[in-house]
Amino acid sequence: MITANGAVAVAGAAANGSAGDADVFVDVRNVTLNYKVGDDSSTLALDQTSMTLRRGEFVAIVGPSGCGKSSLLKLASGLRRPSQGEVVVGGSAVMKPIKIVGMAFQNPTMLPWLRTIDNVLMPLQIVEPHRSQFRAKKEAYRAMAQSLLSEVGLGNFADKYPWELSGGMLQRASLCRALIHDPRLLLLDEPFGALDAFTREDLWQVLQKLWMERNPTVILVTHDLREAVFLADTVHVMSARPGRVLTTHRVNIRRPRTLDDLFTDQASQLVHELRRHIAHDRAI
Amino acid sequence: MRSVHELGAAADAAVTQPAASKPRRLHSRLGKGLRELAAPDHVFPLLAIILFFVVWEIVCRVFSVPVFILPKPSEFLGVLITKWPAILPNAVQTLYTTIVGFALGVLVGAAIGACIGLSRFVYRVTYPLLIGFYSVPKIAVVPILVIWFGIGTVPAILTAAIMCLFPVVVNVATGLATTEPELEDVLRSLGASKLDILRRVGLPRSMPYFFASLKIAVSLAFVGTVVAETVAANIGIGSMMILASSTFDVPLVFAGVFLLAVLGVAMYAVFALIERRVTFWARRNADVAV
Repeated sequence: MITANGAVAVAGAAANGSAGDADVFVDVRNVTLNYKVGDDSSTLALDQTSMTLRRGEFVAIVGPSGCGKSSLLKLASGLRRPSQGEVVVGGSAVMKPIKIVGMAFQNPTMLPWLRTIDNVLMPLQIVEPHRSQFRAKKEAYRAMAQSLLSEVGLGNFADKYPWELSGGMLQRASLCRALIHDPRLLLLDEPFGALDAFTREDLWQVLQKLWMERNPTVILVTHDLREAVFLADTVHVMSARPGRVLTTHRVNIRRPRTLDDLFTDQASQLVHELRRHIAHDRAI
Repeated sequence: MRSVHELGAAADAAVTQPAASKPRRLHSRLGKGLRELAAPDHVFPLLAIILFFVVWEIVCRVFSVPVFILPKPSEFLGVLITKWPAILPNAVQTLYTTIVGFALGVLVGAAIGACIGLSRFVYRVTYPLLIGFYSVPKIAVVPILVIWFGIGTVPAILTAAIMCLFPVVVNVATGLATTEPELEDVLRSLGASKLDILRRVGLPRSMPYFFASLKIAVSLAFVGTVVAETVAANIGIGSMMILASSTFDVPLVFAGVFLLAVLGVAMYAVFALIERRVTFWARRNADVAV
């Protein structure tokens, strides 16, 4: 089910034998992406990359910096069009922003003039069908945002301004904003990259919980191999620029996972294996 | 946001005058205002102003500086009071001209700034032109305005407007042009139009820039008004000062300057206050998406 040029190693792909084509939600087909740099030169960010995600799958993409991981997210959301190849989401080719995505970045980008709850509600004021109902259903939406905030432990901070929250809290709020409109595709670009280790581990658990309840398809871009192993069903390792999928690993740890699961032989072997691939690629 | 500041001011006041803490409930707002005024950050600037005039007075007296060179503060403040009925219409005229010119300049400036800030193309095309306009000393424009509109209020209003146009243009354009790309991605991925992004993010985000420019613009509008009045008007503080200097009424000239300074500070304070109210969030720590 996963194709990539170069070495392909699918560990334990048999675990999900039932995954047929009908289940494929995101299909990245031989995508090449050129970035224009200046007037005449261009950088090859992605080179003939392919990748498929099943509906509701949690996929992590790891790799050295500048390997086009973030570009892949932009392609999946329709913010960018591939130079060659095609991205298919939910059965139709992505030609423009697809509106069913939620996004969160390393920088939480909360709007400082809005209270936290209003920041979380922002997507509902933009995306249909919520947009046209926003006034009429305002109370219901607020209750929805409030319960989502409570779920990530920010119940008492809904009416605070973003600059009154800590970095970890902001990132929780940012996750809420990404999920409030119940997106079918959640794109996370190193969302926990700027947090300290303990906060990060808390947020892994928060994210896992939210994902298990709502079950969107997730693409998580990260530098943190333990994070990838803790959260993902499938981990793709990408090469340095131009980005290609080097290898793919499945993580067969039962859910809900706990932090202790990261200290089992299975998990640490997997982390080690991923690390080896990246180290090998960097050495070239 | 304000609470922190007020707490600080209140704490300062509590140190300097512990007696004030007793009759707290009644007039608490007034009391807070007074305590804030009495706080060192407000007292020292006031002292500095008073000291400035006292030193001036002393220097004039000690060296017996003639009135037609440098009048004593007591002299021109006296003139301000004794000739107030004659001065008042001029002050009103100047204030009126400034406010109308300021409003005009801000409206046009905000519109131009929005066009420039929203489109890289417009920015590139018009920027040299704007710099050109900006480089022209505004007083050079006054004779042209006089040819077009005659002597009177209109050239003064337009000069004031031109003066305050540029800070507003530049700040609004900057505020709009610096929207974070990531935030734009979040909104665009949801299908937000350019207008949505402008309304939800661009405009609120550019407010601190806009209000910061208003403070500068209102001072410049005063400069524009007075410059035009000295050249091409029959009424207004600028015209009054030219008239006074031609009759060697130097204290009246200084009274005019003093009045202008007071009006300028007052207008600046008004807009600083509005800025504080409207863009409170921008005075917080800068690492949150500002």
